[in-house]
Amino acid sequence: MNVNGRPVRVDAGSSILDACRAGGVEIPTICHGPTMTPANACRVCVVEVEGSRALVPSCSRPAEEGMEINTDSDRVQMSRKVILELLGSATELDRSNASILTWLEKAGADTARFGPPEGPKTRHSPRPGHHDTVPIDNAASVHEPVKIEDDLYVRDYSRCILCYRCVDACGIEHQNTFAIAVAGRGFDARISTEFDVALPDSACVYCGNCITVCPTGALTGKVEFDMREEGSWDESAQEVTRTVCSYCGVGCNLDVHTQDGRIVKVDSPHDHDVTLGNLCIKGRFGWTYVQSGRND
Amino acid sequence: MFGAGGGTSSYQEIESTDLIVMWGSNAREAHPIFFHHVLKGLHRGAHMYAVDPRRTSSAQWADVWLGIDVGSDIALANAVAREIIDRGLENRDFIENATTGFDEYAASLDSYTVDRAEEITGVPAAAIRDLAIAYGNADTAQICWTLGITEHHNATDNVLALINLALLTGHVGRYGSGLVPVRGQNNVQGGGDMGALPNKLPGFQDVEDEESRANFEAAWGSQIPPRAGKHISQMHEAMDEGEIRALYIIGENPLQSEAESATMRRRLENLDFLVVQDIFPTATAELADVVLPAAGWGESDGTFTSSERRVQRVRRAIDPPGDAEDDIALLSRVARAMGVDWPTPSPEEAWDEMRMLSPLHRGMSYSRLQELGGIQWPCPDDQHPGELFLHGRLWERPIVGPPAPFHAVEWAAPVDTLTIEYPIRLTTGRRLDSYNTGVQSGRYESPRRIHGVLDLSPEDAASHGLQDGQTVRVTSRRGSIEAPVRTDRSLRPGLAFMAVHFPDDTDVNALTVDAWDPKSGTAEFKATAIRIEAIG
Repeated sequence: MNVNGRPVRVDAGSSILDACRAGGVEIPTICHGPTMTPANACRVCVVEVEGSRALVPSCSRPAEEGMEINTDSDRVQMSRKVILELLGSATELDRSNASILTWLEKAGADTARFGPPEGPKTRHSPRPGHHDTVPIDNAASVHEPVKIEDDLYVRDYSRCILCYRCVDACGIEHQNTFAIAVAGRGFDARISTEFDVALPDSACVYCGNCITVCPTGALTGKVEFDMREEGSWDESAQEVTRTVCSYCGVGCNLDVHTQDGRIVKVDSPHDHDVTLGNLCIKGRFGWTYVQSGRND
Repeated sequence: MFGAGGGTSSYQEIESTDLIVMWGSNAREAHPIFFHHVLKGLHRGAHMYAVDPRRTSSAQWADVWLGIDVGSDIALANAVAREIIDRGLENRDFIENATTGFDEYAASLDSYTVDRAEEITGVPAAAIRDLAIAYGNADTAQICWTLGITEHHNATDNVLALINLALLTGHVGRYGSGLVPVRGQNNVQGGGDMGALPNKLPGFQDVEDEESRANFEAAWGSQIPPRAGKHISQMHEAMDEGEIRALYIIGENPLQSEAESATMRRRLENLDFLVVQDIFPTATAELADVVLPAAGWGESDGTFTSSERRVQRVRRAIDPPGDAEDDIALLSRVARAMGVDWPTPSPEEAWDEMRMLSPLHRGMSYSRLQELGGIQWPCPDDQHPGELFLHGRLWERPIVGPPAPFHAVEWAAPVDTLTIEYPIRLTTGRRLDSYNTGVQSGRYESPRRIHGVLDLSPEDAASHGLQDGQTVRVTSRRGSIEAPVRTDRSLRPGLAFMAVHFPDDTDVNALTVDAWDPKSGTAEFKATAIRIEAIG
């Protein structure tokens, strides 16, 4: 097949995205994750396929012999830019992963073009499905108060773009706990626990496997959230040490993030074949004993 | 098993096996990421049988739950075996080519009809028959177990009963078929690998084997006692008899983790000299004459070996606090204080010395471990990729190495018998967010934490007139504690459960029995007879 006029060869079963990457062509992705089946939610990875009326999501469409792919046509660029602008106008993307931040800039997305957001956290009923009418001069947004219900998780759904990664990680893809799903319809759809109960009262088992796949910082560990709020979170000053969990004998690899000689976060590499980035509550959060009672 | 002290299979194999038998393992809570691989297998169409006294969160994923009475596993396994043979589902080719002792084993099963097994185990005969047919007919099958099998006075016989099933059907030594003891602690496999067993040198080499010993003696320039040492329960006996008068404990909290804590306290207090090397001032450390502050996880370098025999690097992420030093440094300094001229080796130097002496680990240099993300033993040389599964040799024609023996084993009831005075069976285990005596896991705030409680079936709670949260006195033949009641529908009438994580509030080991397996030294934590009385 050809990508932007240059021949590319991939194994059968590869996606168009795989083919583009094999050909050295960068494509933005948000909802796509290497350990997950494509959810087809964000549409930011669309490309033009010759002979196809609509733009196609490159993450899920299988590559076929003889395809002519264009990743950089005006149509693709426009679509990409508007998607990023719509997402950026309705949500806060400033804590997103590096790829999203880079593409906002690269695509020239103007997230203020639909007007100023409807004031911070004004949504008076954060229940999923609830509809607030937005003043005509404002951009509609998903703003709602931050949910802090325990010592481990923070859910800041003002940052949620409904990419479904948390839902799929909690559900059929990895954890099979099914504690969260999308509730409500259209713009009022939100990620919700059963009957919107607080997380500690839900089926959640606090594995944090939703946190590790969240691309926008809507889900974070409490330690990271607190440090970000007080302005002390500094990834450039952090070191990451690859090691193995200290609890049971499964041998999950951990990446221990340290800053100023203290552990600030633990996660697992997504390419580690034992975990695929997943952990349990002990592995992800049970490390505080290492520095309990320390004064240094 | 069959001479190698590790599970036969890799986690990836359970994703494509046909039948999973989860026997005395609540992996969903105790080994959650292993259970992710199990779930992949189930989604791909594997069937699962769960054998467990409780209908645990693991058992809830099973096609069939066999709610077995605590301590009756051998009766169940033998009945399954007998049923397999009666139906002609045994693998004759494999038995003839790769095993010994089949006739004697088959004869030993004579009395284990499914009907008798139903009487002993409480599992309906039809379910036993179903398991036998499913296991006998499966192309590939894995039996996974944990402490539900091994924390019994006849632990070794329990394990042998399961191994017999695999030999009977040829469910071992092939991709997807195997015997999987899932390890409970980060490096319990690695401790065995390194010879931290009373009868083994590094690499599971027998200390009573002259040739093995000679290799180590030559490398170390010293004499090794030619007899196996004492396992933990024998050490307890030797302490009772005054034969052991000094103890050096590294990273254990036996005062709270061993059965019969009152007896354990007396043993430790009677010692002339107790050294505890740990990362926290544990309850055991409070009894010590000398406490050596050790660097802990995250503060020191080395390796762990996982349940799939995979050796992986662990690394220091932060400096240890205060004067704490890692175990190698502390041990070397103790040695120097005793008058030998030992330098303090780096973890890599110690590892390199070990792997030169252990053929299982010889090809595992630190650089290869890093490059390959871990290696599964055996790995005899630096070109070897490691092994996904063990005992493929049993399928060679003729087999390579010695055949695998059947071991006829007889069921024996738990030591702590149920009587009118002690009518309820108490079993113990872990919960998802906690770990062992809570030294580590007690130091983070879990929203899911269920503190020390006595779990009762709704039926038993009702018959005693108890509500959730009401405090009861729990009494066994050894001792008595108080605990709030929590009803749990996963329990059958007559069965109670306590987690082991909160010894400061509810010291379950004040109740458990110090009856132990003569071969492994493991105590019978899983089977205590209790009675309960409402108080207050």
